Amino acid sequence: MEKVSLTIDGRQVEVSAGTTVLEAARSAGIEIPTLCHDPELTSHGACRLCVVSIEGMRNLPASCVTTVREGMVVHTSTPEVNEARKTILELLLSNHPNDCMICEKSGECKLQEYAYLYGVKEGTFAGEQSNYHPDDSNPMIYRDNNKCILCGKCVRACEEVQGRSILGFANRGFQTKVTPALDKPLSESECVFCGSCISVCPVGALTEKGMMGKGRRWEMKKVRTICPYCGTGCTIELNVKNGEVVGVTSTEEGAVNGRALCIKGRFGYNFINHPDRLKTPLIKENGSLREATWEEAISKVAENLSKIKEEYGSDALATLTSARCTNEDNYIMNKFTRAVLGTNSIDHCARL
Amino acid sequence: MTNSISEIKDTDFIFAIGTNTTETHPIISLEVKKAIKNGTKLVVADPRKTEMAELADIHISHPSGSDLILLNALANVIITEELYDKEFVEERTENFQELKETVQKYTPEYAEETIGISADTIREVARGYANADKAMILYTMGITQHICGTDNVLAIANLAMLCGHIGKPSTGVNPLRGQNNVQGACDMGGLPNVYPGYQKVVDEKVREKFEKAWGVSLNPNNGLSVGEMMDNAYEGKVKGIYIMGENPVLSDPDANHVEEALKKLDFLVVQDIFLTETAMLADVVLPAASFAEKDGTFTNTERRVQRIRKAINPVGQSKEDWEIICMVATAMGYPMNYDSAEDIMKEIAEVTPSYGGITYRRLEGDGLQWPCPTEDHPGTPYLHKGRFAKGKGSFHAVEFVPPNEETDSEYPFVLTTGRRLWHYHTGTMSRRADGLEWKYPQEKLEINPEDAAKLGLREGDKVKVASRRGEIEIAVHCTDRVPPGTVFGSFHFRESAINKLTNPARDPKAKIPEYKVCAVKIQKLA
Amino acid sequence: MMSVKITINGRPVIAQEGITVLEASKQAGYDIPTLCHHPALSEFGACRLCVVEIKGMRNLPASCVTKISEGMEIQTESAAVVEARKTILELLLANHPSDCLTCQMSGNCKLQDYAYRYQVRNVSFCGETHNYPLDDSNPYIIRDNNKCILCGRCVRACAEIKGENILGFASRGFNTKITTALDKDFKDSDCVYCHTCVAVCPVGALRNKEMEGKARYWELEKKTVDCGLCENACKFDLNIKDGKVIGVSAKEGTPERFGQPCLKGRLAVNLKYNPDCPQKPLIKKDGEFVPVSWEEALGLDELISKMESFEK
Repeated sequence: MEKVSLTIDGRQVEVSAGTTVLEAARSAGIEIPTLCHDPELTSHGACRLCVVSIEGMRNLPASCVTTVREGMVVHTSTPEVNEARKTILELLLSNHPNDCMICEKSGECKLQEYAYLYGVKEGTFAGEQSNYHPDDSNPMIYRDNNKCILCGKCVRACEEVQGRSILGFANRGFQTKVTPALDKPLSESECVFCGSCISVCPVGALTEKGMMGKGRRWEMKKVRTICPYCGTGCTIELNVKNGEVVGVTSTEEGAVNGRALCIKGRFGYNFINHPDRLKTPLIKENGSLREATWEEAISKVAENLSKIKEEYGSDALATLTSARCTNEDNYIMNKFTRAVLGTNSIDHCARL
Repeated sequence: MTNSISEIKDTDFIFAIGTNTTETHPIISLEVKKAIKNGTKLVVADPRKTEMAELADIHISHPSGSDLILLNALANVIITEELYDKEFVEERTENFQELKETVQKYTPEYAEETIGISADTIREVARGYANADKAMILYTMGITQHICGTDNVLAIANLAMLCGHIGKPSTGVNPLRGQNNVQGACDMGGLPNVYPGYQKVVDEKVREKFEKAWGVSLNPNNGLSVGEMMDNAYEGKVKGIYIMGENPVLSDPDANHVEEALKKLDFLVVQDIFLTETAMLADVVLPAASFAEKDGTFTNTERRVQRIRKAINPVGQSKEDWEIICMVATAMGYPMNYDSAEDIMKEIAEVTPSYGGITYRRLEGDGLQWPCPTEDHPGTPYLHKGRFAKGKGSFHAVEFVPPNEETDSEYPFVLTTGRRLWHYHTGTMSRRADGLEWKYPQEKLEINPEDAAKLGLREGDKVKVASRRGEIEIAVHCTDRVPPGTVFGSFHFRESAINKLTNPARDPKAKIPEYKVCAVKIQKLA
Repeated sequence: MMSVKITINGRPVIAQEGITVLEASKQAGYDIPTLCHHPALSEFGACRLCVVEIKGMRNLPASCVTKISEGMEIQTESAAVVEARKTILELLLANHPSDCLTCQMSGNCKLQDYAYRYQVRNVSFCGETHNYPLDDSNPYIIRDNNKCILCGRCVRACAEIKGENILGFASRGFNTKITTALDKDFKDSDCVYCHTCVAVCPVGALRNKEMEGKARYWELEKKTVDCGLCENACKFDLNIKDGKVIGVSAKEGTPERFGQPCLKGRLAVNLKYNPDCPQKPLIKKDGEFVPVSWEEALGLDELISKMESFEK
């Protein structure tokens, strides 16, 4: 691959030809703010927040769609650049609800992060404000177009990652909005509720409905683990507050899936803290199950299994292990069956 | 899978047979979509017009249970037209002659006549697959859940070996596994004929090794598979069963029979996170911790061993599965003591060659794909590079076997079963998730509009569906996703427990039941 | 001590005679929201957010100033209570800037916590809002009266903990505000910048100027250290972002936990841990400060070299 060398903020940087200025800067550890850019999606060049100053260029080009050239001299943080970014943020905020106080995304919102970083306070530009009805049509994805900054990441993720194209831009100018076909709510669209749009939304326009009111983002402990449904092995993050799983999010670091998940992986977690969960051992007495202590239950199991083994031999016993349990659980069940019960009659629903 | 999921997008040709990938493995289907975007040709063979079929360049809608005719016809074209990789066949395989003779009669014309797929289409697919630089076969339960499931798989292996489409990146045979840790449960010896790492029960050396490791003498005979367990329980030969995290009353074929068999046991223990239909029959129910409450590992369909991590404390008094079993073992006079799941993994690595190099420390990050025999082995993204594990790959000449149960005038419809995107297995988990239940609260039997019209059925009408084993009530969904004469339903819903209908006839080798074909009659309910 | 039997949310509870409904509820594990209440300060009963429903009482009493009595039946989260709290929050928010977007206290603000807890989405009251100038007159405390909810915690802390009485209420009605004597800036008052008022402020009205603009609350890692300047050994939190100390504040919690911190202590801790503070003495050479060793700064070079020569 051909190499190109350029200067970014006074530092010599060498990258492959075809790299964007943004990627080159990031590879050198120089942070440039972006809203519409996403390494997994095509570049859109819409938000203009990533503008930089490049010597010899007339305007401030967007670094996410400007490819490097030999000898380029780039400045990522001049007063002029910062002023431009500040104005962009002010323009975005002029039509953005000021409700970080209760916004679900607060703490994980890029607009908030950059407003703070660039010290943008409210109210430079006043004018008309969008007043859309939030799409509250389903229990999974809450869509509030008033918070949408039209970065188009959801549109691209839906099309490019999921291949579904449910969301698209509609109308022009101030009326532009992101919406499903015919401006229907998601419940009436062909949406399969994979939530990939949520995973890329930089603001509070698309959020997990199930997490609403369950806690601020900064209160959540994120535990990286593997989805308990199909055999793909997607990485998920369990969001935990006060010892309860209150939501599932995805992470770029997923080995198999990146940020993509399906409806089950992202929204199928309610069973964990469901009131139906078994909480104590149960023993059948006179045809119905009653609560019991562990000591009682374990000794009853041990006695009965031992009795059958003695009376009828090991092969009168069998176990079903589980494709839902961990390797460690399965190994122990396998050892128990063969070494303790003395039979090789162990199986599970591998055929299903 | 012989390949990794991430290799799918770089292949040139995908032959997907009996896999409803977008619904059963949504994230893997994204890789298929990426491949299509990259220009990969996709051929889907499935009786149903699934979303995969809609994505395909060619959709082959062959009747349920006729896979061997199709696969043999493809082999026939590849051999007749000399499209096969002669060098590969020569150097790395055996039994070619036998295969050649067997598939001789499965001409494309024969296939066209018997299964209604045009000979031209079969030739086009065979040529496309054979001539592709990198080609992959994807399959799922549509191939395996037949009385000839093993033969179906062998016929797929025949195609791959004929064309040398194995042992290279983005080239191989890829069964997609259905449950989070079905791969791991098999790897860990959750099968009646093998110890962990597929070490054979009947192999004396293996047995001696485990006798030494576990300090007991071990049973030298293969055990019973799940279906055989149920039959033996029904006959009174099996007296006690310990079930961990399974719900055979809903998941096994001929559910009424399973329920009766379990009721005949002297003693049934069920360990689960919910009081499942099976747990209700138990003498003792033990509350287990869910995946969110434990540390451990799952092994995915591409053999990737990944860490799961404890996020919350076990709900109520529930305990981790291994902990409960250790308590029972100890109470039965065989002390089993482990400090943690990591402690167990150390023992697994000692006795399981393919997991020999796996430690929790190494699993941080992206995990490891087995075989990973030693601490310095990087893991194996794709299998059979350079040579097969067994040496030469053997062709298996397999003949078409019709399904165990065929339609007749009394039971005129073929019922085929599977999964929905919206739910999982017997619904124990997914039906307790608000969003999923909102999206798909009840099962609907897919029926072709032609058939529906004949029966006077309209969308949403309730019907009684009966097979020779049982009957259920269910609403219908009229759709051309299913061809005329075939109906489809999932097994997620206890209200319409489809496995009361299915046929428990099994493949003699893999013991897999024929979930994909049974004969039913449909009657409109008032 | 006598004990009293009461019921809270239908649960029988035995509590000590003389404690408040708020304290009894807290002991029983019920979290009643409060703004003006502070365990180290006298009770004020101003914000009314801690209202509860008590059977037989005419109105919803403030639990922080209502003592328990035998047989009391208390509801801490009934529909009426929730409705009242929502209204109180709406009234407070009607005259509070919506700038959590950039507010330094976002994430560490009681008003925000409770607005979220009670999901106060739309403020149904609109009217005049304050427009006070920011008191940015000194290097230590930013005072933004527009964000003040008049809970009076700072006033009581200044008087009751420190005995300074710098802050007090002035004016009446909508014009009520908390300010220094003669409504001066802090710099023209007798304030000693001990930060006790900053430590107890539940919102963004009194802020540690040092941390302004440097990090969001949720990005911070906290590490508690002891001050070594006097025998009081007050506790300070180092506020760390990306491994770097960006400011020093009184340890979170009540004064029992943090002591009685003073400006000198806070600056000393800052000097010790904050990498932005000079780690070496500076000497002006050719018109510019250059870092030098302590030996050089204190002019001990000659002495040390002599001592070393004696050793030889």
